[in-house]
Amino acid sequence: MTKVYCTGCGVVTPVGDTPEAVFQAVRTGRSALRLYQAGPEPYVASLLSREGFDGPSFFEDIAVKAARKALEQAGLEPSCPRVGLVLSTIKGNVELLDREDVSLAASAARIAAALGMSTPPVVVSNACISGLAALLQGMRMLRDGAYDHVLVVGAEVQSRFIVSGFQSLKALSLQPSKPFDAARDGLNPGEAAAAMVLSGEKKSPWELVDGAVRNDANHISGPSRTGEGSYNALKYLLPLVNREKLAFVNVHGTATLYNDEMEAIALDRAGLLDVPVNALKGIFGHTMGAAGILESIVSMLACDKGVVLPTRGFSELGVSRPVRVSAQEMPTQGSEFIKLLSGFGGVNGALLFRKGGAQ
Amino acid sequence: MKHVTIPSGADLSALYRQLAGDYPKFFKMDVLSKLGFLLTEMLVADEPDRFRPREDRAVLVFSREGCVANDRHYAATLADFPSPALFVYTLPNIVTGEIAIRNKYEGETSAYVLEKYDEKRLWALVKEAFQDRITQSAVVAWIDCLSDTAWQAEAWLVTREEILK
Repeated sequence: MTKVYCTGCGVVTPVGDTPEAVFQAVRTGRSALRLYQAGPEPYVASLLSREGFDGPSFFEDIAVKAARKALEQAGLEPSCPRVGLVLSTIKGNVELLDREDVSLAASAARIAAALGMSTPPVVVSNACISGLAALLQGMRMLRDGAYDHVLVVGAEVQSRFIVSGFQSLKALSLQPSKPFDAARDGLNPGEAAAAMVLSGEKKSPWELVDGAVRNDANHISGPSRTGEGSYNALKYLLPLVNREKLAFVNVHGTATLYNDEMEAIALDRAGLLDVPVNALKGIFGHTMGAAGILESIVSMLACDKGVVLPTRGFSELGVSRPVRVSAQEMPTQGSEFIKLLSGFGGVNGALLFRKGGAQ
Repeated sequence: MKHVTIPSGADLSALYRQLAGDYPKFFKMDVLSKLGFLLTEMLVADEPDRFRPREDRAVLVFSREGCVANDRHYAATLADFPSPALFVYTLPNIVTGEIAIRNKYEGETSAYVLEKYDEKRLWALVKEAFQDRITQSAVVAWIDCLSDTAWQAEAWLVTREEILK
């Protein structure tokens, strides 16, 4: 099977516009999460500045910016017919619902055009695991042989539409979120864009080994009590994992009561309770369509620097299984990590990253 | 491979009573999920052990519009009381979850959005989904809802052998 490497990364976040800057923010616990008073109810979120922006779509603008950074790092000319595009988002331009064609397909076409790409894009919209599912889709396109490189871009902007929905479900916290903590009480919406260039060429030591998507087949808006889908996604990867080299599992960790408990059960069932675990949503909030890509980029950098990053917001374990959540930064010799995500629709995903020899 | 369609504007409640009738959650669903539910009923009703939990069947739903029709319904509630019951259907993949829950499919579920119905592209994506070593069959659907009464809805039940031959 074709090996798939990450040859370029790009990010646009409220705490930095380079992977290095974002990594430093996570390392030092610097977040843009703050209280917003807009709308009928206040909420805590991590939002991008729109100062100076006057284009038609902020969502597409940040997606294109992140994509360009990743293409530049990969040294890739996007107009080549062997370069594919996968877009990951949940709600795209929904803030413009009253005004125009907000279909995700229209956004993807405009993003492809802005980047000068010549192949038709595909959008993977799989709730909160979209970013991970999009990376897996990119890997599959390379392995199928139709493309030599695939640009995977994830982005989400927040709006009254999304915030009001989570408020109606009582899923938002009025504090910066506390993943896996005893006092956790909900998530924070977040904005970001993140992109990776995937390639069959070994121009980078970082390999995306394999991944799986599994459904709980239980409930459309609540996770399984047995962690079924998350466990099954992990189970798919376990034969591929070098346990002594596994640095950490970067979990979804939304800081809702049910998500974090479900993940703890899935990690226990997968026999991963001895592996360090961290969550980054106490820094970025929940960046939805960007989360899988953004959190994977930060996790690759952490392995490069030999650390397990801290979980901002976590102090006292608040799940039923003794998960090794990293409250503080820890050193690691590991060169592999698992990215774990779950979302509405009962969907769960796991992806294994591995750092090989130098290029 | 088995192929089914639901004509645009068909009476979905009547179709539900004819095909299932024992799943009142159907009436809470948005039109996208109703169509996915009914298409799958048509595909698998006569399968032996159809409700036995299985991880080897994927659910792959394609569209252009995603859940935009329901997005407009939810947005209409914003001025008054935002409806959580409508909000949970404002994701293009909820239909895949509804199919998985009804049929106890614990395999891969994915929602894809394409610029248009492109047969070649759709089946290339389906073939790629079979790179998952557990997946042996898939419910594949093109469900494009322009409104609650206008859609394209068709689905196929495909096996690994048929796709990778």
